Amino acid sequence: MHRLARQVAKISIILLLGGFLGATLVRFAPGFGVDEEDLDHRLNQQSMQALRESRASESLGAFYFHYLTRILHGDLGTSRTLQQPVRKLLAERIPETLKSVALGLTLGWTLGLALAIAAVMSRNWCVDLFGSLLAGALLCLPAAALAILFVIARAPGQLVLGLIVFPKIFRYARNLLAHSAALPHVLTARAKGVGSVRVFLWHILPVSAPQLLALAGVSVSMAFAAAIPVEALCDLPGIGQLAWKAALGRDLELLVTLTMIVTAVTLVANSASDLAGSSLRTREA
Amino acid sequence: MKWARIAAIVLLAVISIACLGAELFAPASYAHQFRDVPDAAPSRQHVLGTDALGRDRFSRVLYGTRVSLLLAPSAALLSSLLAAFIGGTAGFIGGWLERCVMAATDLFLSLPWLFLLITVRALLPLNVAPMTSVMITFALLGCLGWAAAARVVCADARSLAQSDFVLLARASGNGGLRLLWRHIFPNLKTVLYAQFWISIPVFILTEANLGILGLGVAEPLPSWGSLLRELESFSSFSAQPWQFVPLVLLIVVVSCFHLALSREEFSV
Repeated sequence: MHRLARQVAKISIILLLGGFLGATLVRFAPGFGVDEEDLDHRLNQQSMQALRESRASESLGAFYFHYLTRILHGDLGTSRTLQQPVRKLLAERIPETLKSVALGLTLGWTLGLALAIAAVMSRNWCVDLFGSLLAGALLCLPAAALAILFVIARAPGQLVLGLIVFPKIFRYARNLLAHSAALPHVLTARAKGVGSVRVFLWHILPVSAPQLLALAGVSVSMAFAAAIPVEALCDLPGIGQLAWKAALGRDLELLVTLTMIVTAVTLVANSASDLAGSSLRTREA
Repeated sequence: MKWARIAAIVLLAVISIACLGAELFAPASYAHQFRDVPDAAPSRQHVLGTDALGRDRFSRVLYGTRVSLLLAPSAALLSSLLAAFIGGTAGFIGGWLERCVMAATDLFLSLPWLFLLITVRALLPLNVAPMTSVMITFALLGCLGWAAAARVVCADARSLAQSDFVLLARASGNGGLRLLWRHIFPNLKTVLYAQFWISIPVFILTEANLGILGLGVAEPLPSWGSLLRELESFSSFSAQPWQFVPLVLLIVVVSCFHLALSREEFSV
């Protein structure tokens, strides 16, 4: 319970600081303070000047306080480029991204873990080489180029996220499982004639589980980061595509909100994996 | 694996020499437009054909490789120096400074890298000169990429600060700055060297991602990102296979960087 409270406090502080960083970016952006009223021809030069000064006079602290109050009241503002409330845009696009990320993570983890287990348990150099070459090749490809190749091949774009996550999962899981498989108690179990499946499930997996859970948290953040180029190029209407459109349109307020949401998701995923890992360690001890 | 490492280093050297001498090897400037032959197939004049604006693709690949190969190490150097200064000082001094720096790295590592990068990139004017856009892109990569390296450097500096030789130097009357400059920083060289080499392929790939999304180096200056952007208008793999040369070159160079690193440096 104490650990959970600490994690919640840590997430809140990081989000507050991240929000402050975001608000600072928005406040000092070159386009800050420019509004539709500037295009109103009925207003004379003095009125426009007065309006601009009133908008620009707000200090950073006051600006952040208003920004935070607005967010806490559920008002995320209006997208300048898409002319729609940010809340509505997010409600439409978050499910699409969650679906892509979930599919990508499932694919990446299934492929990566299966190949890592096969390489370690079979002790066959062909499987290890195949996995290493595949992971190595995918690590050398930018996510955006992979997305373009999928578009050209007319393959579903959601699979790209799986291929981006796969090499990291395979490399880390393979090294971890190989290290655990070489521990003395595993060698003793093998020498006593315990079967491969039992050795893996009872002696290798429990040792590696906390680190694999930590990797699960990190892989969520990797998948979300890769969602920008993949969704933008494969025309998937998620928050990655929204972030790209916002960046091209210099819609900083929307970009900062998106960054904060993805940061929150990343932090929650990392904290959940941390908590799960530490509870596993406690149970083992 | 020693032969593979040597082959990778030789290949990197050959590619670097070819792109550094782009003026000698390229048949035309990267911006010169042969208006009578747009979208041309490979020929004796244009080894890799021309793009939609009639620019020689081989020249653009050479100049683009030069931009990415010169500036990714510069960005890696900047991030390694920042990591050395911030992480090294925090690890050596310890206490509240170390806790603050670690909290800052936590914050930086929690913010999604690509989201943060495009947010900061969107802050800056989009209609900048090509050379300025190159500097902005790689300076951003360098400035935002220090956090992970700083964490490693900080841990290393902390253990060095508690080591016997530093204790002895302190007992001999060496002050904090001298200890840091003469005893801590020189011993951080190995970890900084590894961080520098690991960062180069990461920055090359990130620039390529930004370039493909139209947020990287501005036209007409080529970079791998802007060269790969051409593939967006592609309809099938077999139509103009020579357009894939920048992608193949990118994969070869990044693979060479991965192979050139020793296994211990690169392992997760």
